[in-house]
Amino acid sequence: MSDTRTLRDREGLIFERSSAGRVGYQLPPLEVPQADPAATVPAGLLRGEIDGLPEVSEVDVMRHFTRLSKWNYSVDEGLYPLGSCTMKYNPRINEEVARLAGLAQLHPLQPEDQVQGALALMWQLEQALIAVTGMARVTLQPAAGAHGELTGMLMIRKALLARGERRRKVLIPDSAHGTNPASAVFAGFETVEIGSTPQGTLDLAAVARHLDGGDVAALMVTVPNTLGVFEPEIVKAAAMLHEKGAFLYMDGANLNAFVGIALPGKMGADALHINLHKTFSTPHGGGGPGAGPVAVSQTLAPYLPVPMVERVGEGYTLAYDRPGTIGKVRGFYGNFGMLVRALAYIRSLGRDGLKSMAEGAVLNANYLRKRLAADYHLQYDGPSLHEVVFDDSIQTAAGVKNIDIAKRLLDYGFHPPTMSFPLIVHGALMIEPTESEGIDELDAFVAAMKAIAREARETPDLVRGAPYSTPVQRLDEVRAARQPVLRWRRPGD
Amino acid sequence: MAQPNDRLYTKTHEWVLLAGGEATAGITQYAQEQLGDVVFVELPAPGKKVEKGAALGNIESVKAVSEVFAPVAGDVSATNGELESHPELVNQDPYGKGWLVRLKVAPGVADGLMDAAAYEKFLAEEGAH
Repeated sequence: MSDTRTLRDREGLIFERSSAGRVGYQLPPLEVPQADPAATVPAGLLRGEIDGLPEVSEVDVMRHFTRLSKWNYSVDEGLYPLGSCTMKYNPRINEEVARLAGLAQLHPLQPEDQVQGALALMWQLEQALIAVTGMARVTLQPAAGAHGELTGMLMIRKALLARGERRRKVLIPDSAHGTNPASAVFAGFETVEIGSTPQGTLDLAAVARHLDGGDVAALMVTVPNTLGVFEPEIVKAAAMLHEKGAFLYMDGANLNAFVGIALPGKMGADALHINLHKTFSTPHGGGGPGAGPVAVSQTLAPYLPVPMVERVGEGYTLAYDRPGTIGKVRGFYGNFGMLVRALAYIRSLGRDGLKSMAEGAVLNANYLRKRLAADYHLQYDGPSLHEVVFDDSIQTAAGVKNIDIAKRLLDYGFHPPTMSFPLIVHGALMIEPTESEGIDELDAFVAAMKAIAREARETPDLVRGAPYSTPVQRLDEVRAARQPVLRWRRPGD
Repeated sequence: MAQPNDRLYTKTHEWVLLAGGEATAGITQYAQEQLGDVVFVELPAPGKKVEKGAALGNIESVKAVSEVFAPVAGDVSATNGELESHPELVNQDPYGKGWLVRLKVAPGVADGLMDAAAYEKFLAEEGAH
């Protein structure tokens, strides 16, 4: 008998577990007379009954969500090779520190003299990020990488306006993260796509051509790029941009490939966002929140968001008096808990530890690259750093695509790699193991990938029908995108 | 597969069919294959002026969002409203019911575009087959 159970059949939503009159609490008898809300609260402030809230017991709630949580997959469970996302292990010491009452229970409106420790922590984190980037100053406010990009581009815009220039164009390579063009457009620019060289790197000639055409505000480029390839001409690109009065925005999403080894400030970056939730091990991936501090050069420093933490004598203060500032970009001071975790990580690794971390990330990616090179095609086969981008072109001969390989990996107990990105690799499988993995876990992953390559040759239908071992089998992603069902409706509604 | 002979093609895989002062444009069979299942099509408002090669709209598939470029310059006179509820027409019938926009165009706008044979050759050279 075939198993036709679905997620819905097995678990359903909490709403569907509701049973009229069931409650998850018991209140003691009232010690005061019961008041009628309608008699005491103005009518305009009184809401009606909310219809349809689930009526469930505590054990119903606990079991429902515990079961759901067991269907999840996390970096605490195994390798999570989601390329470009840097799903590294989040050390428990970070969590310990972030839960210290003196940090966790601060209120953002407490007076400065009561939060000197928190300000010192932010100042120390800024100093650490300056040390590993070689930049002049860092704002800790942005709440995510893309938010950092927007913040950086707004500073570039303000710097241009301060010079009386209204440049419109931002150059972006075709291998870029999709957030780059989005951030540039949100900051009021137009984007111009730059092709890549046959090696998958920045096309310097194209950059020069556009610079000659004028009106270029900035180049946004990821280093190393989304293929995991270091941009060998980055210093030259920076010089070309600066000569024409344009800026270099560096997407620091891949900083984990060279942190402690090379300095973006020396490469000529004017602005660079740092994903604390990638390089510096704070949690992310559905769990958030993130943190995307932006490091800037001396040129852009006047435009940093307010407030900045400044040192005054022996203490610290939140400084708002920055006439050139682009203003505030986030409520209060950013996601403070993430700043605590990132500093804990940096302090526990130290300068040498950070360098070893980057070396480990590069070593692991290159190990996978070497071990899988006979099974999966590499469109760009030059040296790469912390991630490796295979594609499905060997497997498509048997009708097996990247999505099938990704789904089959679930049966082998691994989270799939990033698929179909970067866009310049058709059928991409982008693998980033991070430094968190030991040789045993890497070998287990290699064995799974090799087994799937063999299945794709010998029993392609098996791969195309995967996954089989998950709570739900292959989902209709097309229908989900075309007809999304975004909320529960009661039967009959 | 053979491309229809009645229209012209761009290197960015759009087609344009000219009839009098009006041009109908869409994406090619090759383009829809590369995109995969289309789930959303964003098109310009009628009346919008577009330059040749400028972004005309976006096509979102399960894999990615891709820009569509105007194969010719002109004024948008109509868009394919069917695609709002049936974006899959771009996959099923890219040269017919999956058309994207109609443009009012001036004579000679399509100079320099490829005919079906030239586009076939271009695809072959790109290693697309």
